[in-house]
Amino acid sequence: MKITGYLRQNGDFGTRNHVLILPTVFCVNGVIRRIMNEVPEAVGITHDHGCGRGGRRDLQILFRILSRMVYHPNVGGVVLVGLGCEVSNTKNLWPSIKDAGKPIVIFNVQEEGGSLKTAEKAITAARRMLEEVDRQERVPMPWEKLLVSMKCGGSDAMSGVTSNAALGAVSDWLVEKGATVMIGETTEMIGTKHILKKRAKDEQVAERIEKMVEEADRLTHEIMGPLAGLVISPGNMEGGMSTIAEKSMGCILKGGSGPINQVVDYGEVPAERGLVLQDGPGSDGEAMAGLAASGSQIIFFSTGRGTPVGFPILPVIKVSSNSSIYKAMPDDMDINAGILLEGESLMVLRDQMIDLMVRVINGEKTKAESNGMDVFTFMTVHPPF
Amino acid sequence: MEYNIIVIHCRDNVGVAMEHIHPGEKAVAKGSEAFHVLEEIPSSHKVALRDIGAGEEIIKYGEVIAVSTRAIKQGEWVHTHNLESQRCGK
Repeated sequence: MKITGYLRQNGDFGTRNHVLILPTVFCVNGVIRRIMNEVPEAVGITHDHGCGRGGRRDLQILFRILSRMVYHPNVGGVVLVGLGCEVSNTKNLWPSIKDAGKPIVIFNVQEEGGSLKTAEKAITAARRMLEEVDRQERVPMPWEKLLVSMKCGGSDAMSGVTSNAALGAVSDWLVEKGATVMIGETTEMIGTKHILKKRAKDEQVAERIEKMVEEADRLTHEIMGPLAGLVISPGNMEGGMSTIAEKSMGCILKGGSGPINQVVDYGEVPAERGLVLQDGPGSDGEAMAGLAASGSQIIFFSTGRGTPVGFPILPVIKVSSNSSIYKAMPDDMDINAGILLEGESLMVLRDQMIDLMVRVINGEKTKAESNGMDVFTFMTVHPPF
Repeated sequence: MEYNIIVIHCRDNVGVAMEHIHPGEKAVAKGSEAFHVLEEIPSSHKVALRDIGAGEEIIKYGEVIAVSTRAIKQGEWVHTHNLESQRCGK
């Protein structure tokens, strides 16, 4: 089974070769939309960040996420649009993107003669960059260079039985192949600390897992107070979940059964291969941005209630946990794990998913990509000033 | 025969109902022997695959998810009324 990708200067491989139109701050979102209308072949992102927050952690996340979008292996070139006076302006951002090893063109609205003139210049630059980037050919890609993230959202009572189990089977297969698999959603790990710690590759990783899960537990109590118990909600219980450990097991199952080689921070690039945990939120948009920033070239997304979400610069494969949602949302679901409830074996489903994954890595569009269902948002810890 | 329960891991002592199963009906999982269900098992809830002693571990996903608070017979519904959380197992 051969996979191909776009080789980058730093040795990374992209499963896509996008020209990214990236704003440094929400103030220029309108400029980005104008560019997108004229250059639909490029991938534009708009967001609500870039200024108005000053805490150290928020700044770290802001600079990390923006710069990792520039660095992302699926991005072949970047048109960066700034305002000028924002916190993450192009000058401040430059040190963390200058070594990306790909074409970057920069415009600032306050220097280019306003929003319309900036859009005009950026449109020309984006078209030129597309021509340049499109010349690059795919080459064979080693499995060791692949990072696949496993995510679940809009879960139902069967997610933990069918689709997450299927993701877990694919995870084990990928780790065996030498690839890296990442799962996040720390709040969904509460109650499984003992299970995860057992699987840590060493004492240090076990300690990090313990701290991370305890902190998620503490924070949940701090934020929700007496309602913290609702992390396992009456709805979950009606759905047959009896304990938080049972609910969380259904979630961490996505990472398969192998040893945990590293725990990374939100958006941090892993140094280890194999299974890696990310200390990050469960909320779908914020979680995907963290997993993407860590370098995931593809995401498997398991869902029972049915969510259409994708991510701008990488393919997201949607796996339904039951056949009825697969039939109800045919434009959004890529593959159906509900067949496990009809007697199909996990290995047969796993092989179908691997086959689909290989095709997607090699360029086949997922439903979310074809339909433009991408969302981009990332986490913050403090309110704006 | 149609399957109406799913067993996730070979170590598990509970299965998950794929539809509402009524007392007296048979629970059938792929690759294991059918047994009679003793009480109402709502869809996506757990049913005991074998007799489970009081204080015994409840295993799903091949992992301990709880401990039984009393003896549970094969075919009984397994939920918060007959198990308790064994949080974190320090």
